[in-house]
Amino acid sequence: MKEQITKIKDVTKTLIENAKDRKALNDIRVKILGKKGELTTILRGMANLSPEERPVIGNLVNNVKQKLEEFIKQKEIEFEEMELQEKLEKEKIDVTLPSTKVKRGSKHPINRTIEEIQDLFVSMGYDVIDGPELETDEFCFERLNLPKGHPARDMQDSFYITDEYLLRTQTSSVQARTMLANKEKSPIRMICTGKTYRREDDATHSHQFNQVEGLVIDKKENNVSLADLKGTLEVFVKKLIGENLNLRFRPSYFPFTEPSYEVDVTCFKCGGKGCNLCKQTGWIEVLGAGIVHPNVLKMNGYDPELYAGFAFGTGIDRLAMFRYGITDMRYLYTNDTRFLKQFDRKDEE
Amino acid sequence: MKLSLNFIKDYVDIDVPVKTLAEDMTRVGNEYDYAGNLIEATKLIIGEVVSCIDHPDSDHLHVCKVNIGNEVLNIVCGAPNVREGLKVIVALDGACLPGDVKIKKGNIRGEESNGMLCSLQELGIENKFLTDADKNGIHELGNDAVIGEDPIKYLKLDDSVIDFELTANRGDLLSILGMAYEIGAIYNKKVKDIDLLYNEQGDDINNEFSIEINTDNCSLFLSKKVENVVIKESPDFIKSRLIASGVRPINNVVDISNYVMLELGQPLHFYDADRLGNKLQVRMAKKDEKLITLDNIERTLDENDIVISNGQKAIGLAGVMGGLTTEVENDTKNVIIESAIFDSVKVRKTSKKILRSEASNRFEKGLDPNRTYIAIERACHLLEKYADAKIITGIVKYDNTCKENKQVRVSVLDINRVLGTKIEKDNIIDVFRRLGFEYTSEGEEIIVSVPSRRLDISIKEDLIEEVGRIYGVDNIKGKLPSLPMKPGSFDKTTREIRNKMISLGLNETLTYILVNDKEVRNYMVDEFEPLKLLAPMTEERNTLRNSILPSLLKVYEYNKARNIKDISIFEIGKGFYKKQEEFKEETKLASVMCGEYYLGLEKVAVDFYVIKGIVEEILDYLGYSGRYSFVTDKQIPKELHPGQTAVISVNNDVVGYIR
Repeated sequence: MKEQITKIKDVTKTLIENAKDRKALNDIRVKILGKKGELTTILRGMANLSPEERPVIGNLVNNVKQKLEEFIKQKEIEFEEMELQEKLEKEKIDVTLPSTKVKRGSKHPINRTIEEIQDLFVSMGYDVIDGPELETDEFCFERLNLPKGHPARDMQDSFYITDEYLLRTQTSSVQARTMLANKEKSPIRMICTGKTYRREDDATHSHQFNQVEGLVIDKKENNVSLADLKGTLEVFVKKLIGENLNLRFRPSYFPFTEPSYEVDVTCFKCGGKGCNLCKQTGWIEVLGAGIVHPNVLKMNGYDPELYAGFAFGTGIDRLAMFRYGITDMRYLYTNDTRFLKQFDRKDEE
Repeated sequence: MKLSLNFIKDYVDIDVPVKTLAEDMTRVGNEYDYAGNLIEATKLIIGEVVSCIDHPDSDHLHVCKVNIGNEVLNIVCGAPNVREGLKVIVALDGACLPGDVKIKKGNIRGEESNGMLCSLQELGIENKFLTDADKNGIHELGNDAVIGEDPIKYLKLDDSVIDFELTANRGDLLSILGMAYEIGAIYNKKVKDIDLLYNEQGDDINNEFSIEINTDNCSLFLSKKVENVVIKESPDFIKSRLIASGVRPINNVVDISNYVMLELGQPLHFYDADRLGNKLQVRMAKKDEKLITLDNIERTLDENDIVISNGQKAIGLAGVMGGLTTEVENDTKNVIIESAIFDSVKVRKTSKKILRSEASNRFEKGLDPNRTYIAIERACHLLEKYADAKIITGIVKYDNTCKENKQVRVSVLDINRVLGTKIEKDNIIDVFRRLGFEYTSEGEEIIVSVPSRRLDISIKEDLIEEVGRIYGVDNIKGKLPSLPMKPGSFDKTTREIRNKMISLGLNETLTYILVNDKEVRNYMVDEFEPLKLLAPMTEERNTLRNSILPSLLKVYEYNKARNIKDISIFEIGKGFYKKQEEFKEETKLASVMCGEYYLGLEKVAVDFYVIKGIVEEILDYLGYSGRYSFVTDKQIPKELHPGQTAVISVNNDVVGYIR
């Protein structure tokens, strides 16, 4: 009996090792360990054995059964791995073949720049305010301390629709609207971006262009000095134009601010050494800014004895051209789709 | 404003390189376009032509022997006026002339040439400043020119120039004297006195000459008479300073009027007294009144132009240009000088219409009445000195101006609050002293007496700006405002729609809102009144658009013409129109698609249903699911295919069209 069992074990082990596939393995399991299998038959026939032999043989059969099951299990794992390998081999593709294109659209470089500016100022707690492009003389000029007869109001320079209505020449018109709407209720921190229009068209000026305007108004003693304006614009320039650029505030003249400044940055082409772009000065003018003129405060509902503010503005087109290395302003408005499609990427940081 | 350094040195002692001065002026608010030498040339020397023969192998060249002191050079010259005994400007071998011209020894048709004899044009002086003789040949130096010396110095052209772009409020800087105060403030130097001395003779002018002012647009009018002027060329220093300042020298008398304008900022006008008569009148022009100006052009005037008349007819356009009939000519003996102030807005309008001149530019910015008096005296001083004029006693005067200094108060706290600084009172007072402002102080308050030349200063903020400028903005450190934290508010709808359209694969355009009035109603069903510009730049763009579609179709045409077949574009922008007397401005979205379009990963031909899908996606995205429909029973724009167009209806309102 013992020899018979050992023989079954050895023969079956060899059979398992040589099994070709899962079916063969299953056949072996049925033949040896199944209900009518050889080992099961031996266990059934144990009743004929002596009580001494019974536990010995029983143990032996169970051991062999356990061993064989382990062998089968191992073999099954082997088969599984083999099948997986085969499947993967069969599914293999050539990853170097050309891709299926997924097309995205593109955002116009000017609007990309505008969004960048909006995000920066929103992160500093500024409200983004929209204003009409078809503006009144009153808001575009009069309430900004540009009285009638001022050169900037001439028909030559602006697109008038009627004596009173014109296409806004500057986003500054939104300053007056914001102040009037707010009337000393709370401090103001706002920017406005958008289209502006002037009656000129040449290689460096388009009759339609874009500006951003910023305005901060607070109690006179708080946060509204030239030093605060300088700090704010330093953040703007470093974030929008370049981290390593220097700023220069140059006294200038605008009717709506006093004192007024033009803000230059280190020439981004030559790094300040002097080149054609900066007319050998090493500086490029990028912003106009200043402390809000007391007349502007007064005309728009703020008492200049109690309140003060600073304002700044810049043209976005030139900023966009610099950010994206666009050499000719006309590309911005020609809308050649080969040009537009280049703006489908995330900006470099 | 072109600043001659030689000129300014008459009034303030400075000894800085021209570039340094230009940069220092920029830092106080006076930008410049150019700074450099008037003549950018090297290795020039005065020589004398000792012999001049015709070139054997040329019909116009000459072979000259030129004595330059220590040697005699053989030089070939093509100028028609070169001749023996002439003192000339010699550019030596190795000389550099403007326009990157390098002079080298050479051989011209077989004759050795060791340099070049120069015209003034070759030294970089613009043609318009030259006499006819100088336009056609080399420059002839005077007999007193010393052989071997520097010809530029001899001609008083050894000058440097800064071309400033001044801000509109600083009319005071359109004069050497104004510049002197500004430069004096930067370098802490006192401005020197101006020489106004002259002798008066004869009967008082008021006995024979009168003025009549018939308009409010003239606030000050002064006249003096000078007699027996000798018209000749101006001395070199006047000519060269005029050239450096961008003004053409004409003759000593005319040059003096320009010289005084440059020096003091007050434009003068000189009349030939014998052609003028004994009266000057200032009045507004009559409608369609005619006047022939100095440049021999007949001008048609209207009631908004200020004119000078001799009592009968207009003889000059006030502040802009004189008339032809009374101008100073070579035979002029007696001169009436006019020094006046005309309304700046009126002068600006007239000059914009007719001609912008150095004079009108100064009238437009506003003038200092005290300077009007000084200028007429300065002119007399110079005419006596350089035109042998006899100055007639007395002055004819009409004066309606206020010449008092403005008193402006400012406190140390005001200044430091606005600038964000802690500048001491003593340093603030020092700024005012440097600027030449008188002041008194009461505790923390400073009362500044603003000189009449500074028309731009009238409120304390103006004084704060002065302190900021002269103290130096660079010395003010930037800081970030410490404002209370709050989230910025921001309506992102436009941005969301833009991003959605881009994610759907469309390219965003940016087109002009100004279109042609013929196309403004295209693709529109609603009745509306288009908004036309009063003064368009071109007829092509004379109207504000209402629909963006015509602009996008132009972009489509542009790209199609460049063989681009797949076009998927959109734009978000404003449409403008007038309805029931009200101006409207609405944000709109338009898209044009053609050719192939990537849908998912597949390329499909664009048709109605692709665009319908995009419209649905946008409406769903904006939260209109279930509230929109595409209908065909409503009116559609006539440009669209009647069988292939749907009206987009949201909550039963027409919001758009798809074709």
